Amino acid sequence: MSTVNHIAPSEAILACQGLSKHFGGIRAFTDVGFQARRGEVTAVIGDNGAGKSTLIRCLVGVHVPDGGTIYFDGRQHPFSNPDEARKSGIETVHQNLALIDELTVAQNLFLNREIVRRIGPFALLDRKAMKDQARAMLSRLSINVPSVTQRVRRLSGGQRQAISICRAAGSGAKLVVMDEPTAALGVQETANVEALIRKLREQGVSVILISHNFDQVRRLSDQIWVMRAGKMVATVRSSETTGNELVALVTGAA
Amino acid sequence: MSLPADNAPASRQAGVREESRPSLAALLIDPSFWADWASVVGLVGLVILFGVTSPVFLGVANMQAILLAAAILVVLSIGQTFVVATSGIDLSLAASVMLGAVILGLVHAAGLGIFAACVLAVLATSATGFMNGVLITAGRIPDFVVTLGTLSGITGLGLILSGGEPTMVGSTFLLKLASGYLGPFGYPVWVAIAAVLVAHVALYHTRFGVHLLATGGQAESASALGIRTNRVKIAAYTISGFCAGIASILLVARIGSAEPQINTSLLLNSVAAVVLGGVSLFGGRASILGPAIGALMLTALVNGLTLLSVSAFYQPLAVGVIVVLAALIMRYQK
Repeated sequence: MSTVNHIAPSEAILACQGLSKHFGGIRAFTDVGFQARRGEVTAVIGDNGAGKSTLIRCLVGVHVPDGGTIYFDGRQHPFSNPDEARKSGIETVHQNLALIDELTVAQNLFLNREIVRRIGPFALLDRKAMKDQARAMLSRLSINVPSVTQRVRRLSGGQRQAISICRAAGSGAKLVVMDEPTAALGVQETANVEALIRKLREQGVSVILISHNFDQVRRLSDQIWVMRAGKMVATVRSSETTGNELVALVTGAA
Repeated sequence: MSLPADNAPASRQAGVREESRPSLAALLIDPSFWADWASVVGLVGLVILFGVTSPVFLGVANMQAILLAAAILVVLSIGQTFVVATSGIDLSLAASVMLGAVILGLVHAAGLGIFAACVLAVLATSATGFMNGVLITAGRIPDFVVTLGTLSGITGLGLILSGGEPTMVGSTFLLKLASGYLGPFGYPVWVAIAAVLVAHVALYHTRFGVHLLATGGQAESASALGIRTNRVKIAAYTISGFCAGIASILLVARIGSAEPQINTSLLLNSVAAVVLGGVSLFGGRASILGPAIGALMLTALVNGLTLLSVSAFYQPLAVGVIVVLAALIMRYQK
């Protein structure tokens, strides 16, 4: 079992020390240290209830941790809400909270960061610019959708996830956090989303990936962090580990 | 039926491309098209039906009368649309109109001038809407409970303020507003047209409009993206209240007095017009033109039935049947 080793702060896009969070009497995790290297895909794995999702929510400002410090991009950064995290350059692809079904692809990609033209005191949407840029964003990541003016409701699960990731990456985010991005997808769709994550890394975007799928984690990530029962118990380089070792770390059999 | 097959490969082809426009024949066999355009189809159907059965119906004078009579309902339907788009409902709308009218009458009777009276009426109804929104969002109370409570509360307030008595409002401004014409339309019709234009731009061409639909579609997802969904909802109810205020001015102008009486058919018809206009009652999908035409259609229905000497007792029945039918067609909306 590897020890939790620390890297130089300048190498880490996101790091935390001594982080704790509990809800009433139930502790989600205690004294967690974690780092994600710049330009890498960092995976967090663990069993259901190990505290992965809560940890990530604390890191991106959805929850406020009870104790500990968070560093983002070299500076101490306690985000009090997701908006602050987003403005600093952290985008999150949530497991269930993804897209608005009734809006179009372009509207979803630009939701809450719409392009507007100022006409006197009024700010009107520049729908053409948004459609054009939406097409450019999608083709940069080789995402296929029939039309950017189509309602998201009519797209497949894989297309929707691709659009969520595109939206997260499209705003020039430094770090994209994904919670189980392929949980509900078929084999081919999962392969497409994995290709998309590799593409993000090629383009220099740091990624934090939460997953249950150990094979996927080994395929995609550079560094793996293991949580068990509210603790960060190990971290390994993906290239130096095996599926069996990961299973042992997650279950505590090692 | 080769048309759906022609369209199918396009959606599988790689790359981002514009959707080809579906042909007219494909549109006509698509139930979603009928759901989206229920109010237009209904209006055209009624115009043909009444045009054939009653010679007076299609006359210029009658058309102008329908438009004048529809103006208040159009304005109210717009207010209701903003609320329904957030997946809420404003049951206090007609009561707000009454409160606005009573306040207009009392302020005018107190000698503060007609403009102050109109402004105060609109402020009061907007404040009512704002309060609805705050109670629903901050108080976390279901929308129909809050607006039902408001309905009762402001009904009582209107009765208390007015002592249950109507107030005559003799104002040349309101008289002109009610009876003046600019071009082919009376002033109330122009007010309704202006309301439609402003609301259309707000819904389709502003960030607020997109955020409104996002809030109505999936509030949790919208707020995860940093949209302040509570503020959006409060704004929607305030807009609804504002529209009630405008409607109350048109109403007082039309009947010449401020009456502490609620016209419940205004409330029911505002919801009916919204449903006919293809607005989803589950939120997230809305248009302004649809409900406006829905309001026009309901007014034309009442007008036509009256011309055909059908007893007024049958009119609510007809409205009810049409609204339920429209809701049934809505199930086919994509």
